[in-house]
Amino acid sequence: MQDNKQNWNKIANREALIGIGLAIFNFIWWYAFAYGLGSKDPEEYSYIFGLPDWFFYSCVLGFIVMVVLVIIVVKAFFVEIPFEDDEGEEQL
Amino acid sequence: MNLVAIIPLFIFLVVIFLVGLYASKYVQSSKSFMQEYFLGERSLGGFVLAMTMTATYGSASSFIGGPGTAYTQGLGWVLLAMSQVVTGYFVLMILGKKFAIVTRKYKAITMVDFLKERYKSSVVVILSAISIIVFLFSAMAAQWIGGARLIESLTGMSYTTALFIFAVSVLVYVTIGGFRAVALTDAIQGSFMFVGTLILLIATVIAGGGISNIIADLAAENPNLITPFGAEGNLTPAYVSSFWILVGVGVVALPQIAVRAMSYKSAKSMHRALIIGTIVVGFIMLNMHLIGVFARPIIPGIDVGDKVMPLIALETMPAWLAGIVLAAPMAAIMSTVDSLLILVSSTVIKDVYMNYIRPDAKQQTVKRMSMAITAILGIIVFIMALDPPDLIIWLNLFAFGGLEAAFIWPVVLGLYWKTGNKYGAIASIIIGVGLYTLSDLLPKLLPAFTDMFQTVFKPFGMHAVVMPVVVSFFAYIIVSLLTKGKIPNELKPTY
Repeated sequence: MQDNKQNWNKIANREALIGIGLAIFNFIWWYAFAYGLGSKDPEEYSYIFGLPDWFFYSCVLGFIVMVVLVIIVVKAFFVEIPFEDDEGEEQL
Repeated sequence: MNLVAIIPLFIFLVVIFLVGLYASKYVQSSKSFMQEYFLGERSLGGFVLAMTMTATYGSASSFIGGPGTAYTQGLGWVLLAMSQVVTGYFVLMILGKKFAIVTRKYKAITMVDFLKERYKSSVVVILSAISIIVFLFSAMAAQWIGGARLIESLTGMSYTTALFIFAVSVLVYVTIGGFRAVALTDAIQGSFMFVGTLILLIATVIAGGGISNIIADLAAENPNLITPFGAEGNLTPAYVSSFWILVGVGVVALPQIAVRAMSYKSAKSMHRALIIGTIVVGFIMLNMHLIGVFARPIIPGIDVGDKVMPLIALETMPAWLAGIVLAAPMAAIMSTVDSLLILVSSTVIKDVYMNYIRPDAKQQTVKRMSMAITAILGIIVFIMALDPPDLIIWLNLFAFGGLEAAFIWPVVLGLYWKTGNKYGAIASIIIGVGLYTLSDLLPKLLPAFTDMFQTVFKPFGMHAVVMPVVVSFFAYIIVSLLTKGKIPNELKPTY
């Protein structure tokens, strides 16, 4: 029982770290494309599906990439653990 | 405004009302009233959890104010809004399983319950309860005003009548149905928001003659509209990026969001919610704000941003469809208001009344009190929204940033750092809220030093929320370390 609990805590901690990792990746992608491509003169922008390239990569593609990453991470690394360890008496 | 557009809105209100009735059956039959009324007996599945988080979070500001600002600022504001995608996965991943395990162990029903058990300090509890009541009460009043204005502009009714209709419909289902009614109606409201924005985006793109055409029109009017820097070129990267804290990762600390991270049934529902939540929040934010930008060439010259959404809907689609689509912002406002109402009510009942006034109250008393308090709070908000005092408007501007500055470290570090203690938490709350409030108050009181305050409170032109969050982090860590020896062993966290 105690081992299990230790283990669940480890899992919870690891998943929180994954969350931080994803957020950092998300931020870098968003920032790099927006200000990397968007800082040019607007006349030099190229366009994808009618949208300026910085916007397409940063906001549209960036969003899709994050969705795919979240799906992969959840399916591959997240563990289903039980939450209720002991069914105590109900409070109020 | 014609009748055809009003009918879908009223059908929507009726459906929401019926859901409230359905949920009230659970409240009546539950053997654990508090768990059911304030937490839906921790039974949310993945879809409802994702929707209630998104819908609680997506409020009047994302549906009315946001598109209005995007209309003025162009694509730069959509970029800023996209910092919210992170909320879809970050909140559940960070609080996630740890919060679920710990709050079950503590039998916590509110975020304050968690803080109370974690820090065993009545100062922490009282400070937290006060912050929640003051800030969220104001936020709630502001949302009611938004809801009433929307009904007013759609139907042509007077503001008071509109407010009355809005207040009654929300109050009834929240009072009788509690958290479960809030979560279920959020799921419906969230779905409306999702579908509504999609339809409206398509209609707007068609009306504008295709995306390329719209972007060309925007660039011809003002090239800045299609850059990341805003219409006047004054949206700096530092300012836009700092919204990652205010409306992105900082959302972890909002009590109305955090409480949802303890309401789900199993790890499986949490996993589903992570995926659905990320998709829904990103989709809604992207589309909603794009609609605002794309509306500009179609209906130029709107000077009140809040009118962009209703006007573009009426402009681009038949009245009955516009009615359905405009139920979306209505849904956004209601789903935020209902969550705030039940949360403030739980704070008053659970964190104040049951902790300090009547710890031995009987189940029947608690039940009657809970419903009564929920209704009374709603009525007070209604009266305030009739003629909103300036203080409420001012506090509302602070609500989210203030709560984030107060709670982010006591909650997050409280979960993951065992050495963190009550002194650290108290320091963090006081410093966070204090600095954030001062950042607005001081420049008003001492206008002569505005420049100095700008450098101190908004370094590099960042949003005022950043500095308090950073300083309160160090306050929590340093104070906790300094007072490490003062906490007896038996009071240390055991997880």
